[in-house]
Amino acid sequence: MQSIKDRVAIVGMGCSKFGERWDMGTEDLLVESTSEAFEDAGVKSEDIQAAWLGTQNQMSGQILAQAIKTEYIPITRIENFCATGTNAMMDACFAVAAGIYDLVLVAGVEKLKDSGVGFLTGGGGQPSAQTAPGVPPPAQFALAANRYFYQYGLSYEEGKQMLAKIDVKNHYNGSLNPKAHFQRAITEEQAINAPMQAFPLGLYDCCGVSDGSAAAIITRPEIAKTMRDDYILVKGLGLGVGAQQGSLRDYYDFTHFDEAVYASRMAYEQAGVKNPREEIDVCEVHDCFSITEAITMEDVGFSPRGMVKNDIDNGFFELSGDGPKVNTDGGLKCFGHPIGASGIRMIYEVYKQLQGKADKRQVKNVRLGMTHNLGGQPGSFTGAISIWGTRD
Amino acid sequence: MAGIVSYGAYIPYYRMPRSVINVAWGRGGGRGERAVAGYDEDSISMSVSAGIDCLKGTDPKTVDAVYMATTTPPYLERQNSNIVATALDFRRDVRNTDFGNSLRAGVNALQAAVEAVAAGSLNKVLVTVADMRLGAPAGEHEQSFGDGAAAFLVGNEGVAVEIEGSYTYSDDLSDYWRRDGDTFISQWEDRFGRDEGYNKIPVEVVKGVLGKLNLTPKDITKACIFGANARAQAGIARAMGFTPEQVQDPLLDSVGNTGTALALMLLVAALEDATPGERSLLVSWGNGCDAVVLKATGEIEKIKDRRAIKRHLAVKGTLDNYGKYMQWRGLVPTPSRGGMRVSMSAEWRERQLGLPLYGVKCLNCGTVQLYMSGSSMRAHICLECQAKDNFEPYRFADKTGKTVSFSHDFLGGGINPPMTRAVIDFEGGGRGLFDMVDRDPEECKVGLPVEMTFRKVPLGVGSSSYFWKCKPVRE
Repeated sequence: MQSIKDRVAIVGMGCSKFGERWDMGTEDLLVESTSEAFEDAGVKSEDIQAAWLGTQNQMSGQILAQAIKTEYIPITRIENFCATGTNAMMDACFAVAAGIYDLVLVAGVEKLKDSGVGFLTGGGGQPSAQTAPGVPPPAQFALAANRYFYQYGLSYEEGKQMLAKIDVKNHYNGSLNPKAHFQRAITEEQAINAPMQAFPLGLYDCCGVSDGSAAAIITRPEIAKTMRDDYILVKGLGLGVGAQQGSLRDYYDFTHFDEAVYASRMAYEQAGVKNPREEIDVCEVHDCFSITEAITMEDVGFSPRGMVKNDIDNGFFELSGDGPKVNTDGGLKCFGHPIGASGIRMIYEVYKQLQGKADKRQVKNVRLGMTHNLGGQPGSFTGAISIWGTRD
Repeated sequence: MAGIVSYGAYIPYYRMPRSVINVAWGRGGGRGERAVAGYDEDSISMSVSAGIDCLKGTDPKTVDAVYMATTTPPYLERQNSNIVATALDFRRDVRNTDFGNSLRAGVNALQAAVEAVAAGSLNKVLVTVADMRLGAPAGEHEQSFGDGAAAFLVGNEGVAVEIEGSYTYSDDLSDYWRRDGDTFISQWEDRFGRDEGYNKIPVEVVKGVLGKLNLTPKDITKACIFGANARAQAGIARAMGFTPEQVQDPLLDSVGNTGTALALMLLVAALEDATPGERSLLVSWGNGCDAVVLKATGEIEKIKDRRAIKRHLAVKGTLDNYGKYMQWRGLVPTPSRGGMRVSMSAEWRERQLGLPLYGVKCLNCGTVQLYMSGSSMRAHICLECQAKDNFEPYRFADKTGKTVSFSHDFLGGGINPPMTRAVIDFEGGGRGLFDMVDRDPEECKVGLPVEMTFRKVPLGVGSSSYFWKCKPVRE
């Protein structure tokens, strides 16, 4: 088995403004993100040899071809729940590393705000034998929160405060980001006292439902060198798909998400990361809910099991903190979460941080950045990790 | 000899004080409370619940038929009793029958079951009787009606209650009726139904059965007489020759008039207190009247652990909100958030999994699992040992469990927010995520013991289906 490390470079990226884009449809969003990516890479649409599209609600790769008018190139549509965007990037990387294509476009997009409701509708699909009612995401992740509080002896107040600090951090980071859906800082009190969505998760513990798109142009490093100086290199890619282990095994306790643990092990091994707490400079994680970010800090090895509260209390993951800077762009919480776009949006922030172009959010001396996604619900996830670094 | 082998009952958790209805309509007063079926309950689900109570200790595979009686069948075309039988895990070669259309349907079903067993056609028949009739808003029946169910297992071994004899008048005197397409019950002038019907006919029928069996009113310990109105019921009981002590309380202040289930719920209440040798009298009413004399045997002492009427009466939560009642009964439009799409063909394909709630036990490694993906409950490969299609069916509906974690969903809270869900670990192994109903959000915590309850699931394709939820164990 070969490692993907240093075999693919990103030479251009784009990201649309995320938010309630009432005036923009799927194709509009794709054009916004890919135009920026083409300009950033200094290439044209006709230079692209193949493309991967990550999207949950659009049924084929044709929507990308139709939006940017490519001429019969191969376009593959990927769907893997909330890991969709990262999964599209992975498969595109494999094709480039294999030498099948030299220049590939990866795009992720989701238009969520045409559903008529302010929450994820999911469902749809084919009628099935399953009469067990579906459970919306806030209620699913609240299961993890209540169990985490119970497992580590946190009172409701202590647990809520721990989560509120995550909300405050991500809102602050979002306030520094002009492309974020939410750009307003909040206080701990606001977070704690916000209307309950799914006990114990309040409004600010839940990420935004947003429209958006993000895109990347990738190639092999030897070609990247001819295109720009500050390209970035892939260091590791991991994907762990659950078989409902947590839903079936009664020893699973809902305080860790093993799909992400496995995916991070794969990526760390490829990247040669031994001590992520020390080595990762910036990390975009899948904070669909604040409890997810808390547990993820333990899943990816930033904090010991059951101990994330100490690090949160110490501001370890804040822009001014001593640890990996987590969700520097505001995260899903504030940048927003258009499903298929999210993974690539995360890579967009890591790309900007590695290039030193993250403006007010810029972290000093960034060498290694990481992204993390969880698609599904506690009990059965798709976990995805990508690690990126500066060129030598 | 054919007779009743076991009994059971079901009263929904929610009780609405009648004063709540009166406040909604700008009136005062209101005596007692009425049982209100949950938003996810109907005559099928209540029949299953009463059936579970009745079948405690009975192997469901030994039952030969369900005779289901209701005037409020969820389906007008589709055999309702088949759904009850599947949920209760009966065999496929059972002879199910729906009884309906009259408040006497319950007693008719019981009599038919006794006769089928006596004739040797069937060995064990489960009789379920459930009703949730709708009275028009602001009217008298909205208050006086209640929802509930009873169940009896009729067999020829271990008979706890013998049927000594019966007498029937069939009479088209229709004081109440509901035509196809009507939502609410209609009633002729009450003086007609009372003076010419209820006050006269049951008295003659009871005289008939006692005369036939050479008994006097003194031989009856408890008379279980259908009564829509307590005063009228006391009046005909007196006319039949019974003292007030002999008359089973009609449950009107605590449950309400449960229609075709009422007389049989009263019989269950009487049997709960019955000692061997005691006689009960069952009197139905509706387009005629049946009177049945029953006698308890020594076996009655062995089935006193049923929840029956008393334990169900004690377990309750107050529905203090008339708006919710209207919403639960579909009497006010409720915004749709899109239903699930259950496929009739797919549901049928997995009928032995979802409705009776079966998972699997691996024959290779012994692991017990309840597989529920987004689309199927059919497992092929064991998660622990990878054995392929090497399982035996393993039922979860009859297992209790403990709460691993829970959540209260206020955002997508549905019709009775917050929507509570729980991950539960079953005793003996296996895990599942279920809606939790009949709970007080305050009582939910890790470790809370729960049991399974069969409920209706709203669908988006014009059909309706059923699945299991969990509820706190309260005994």
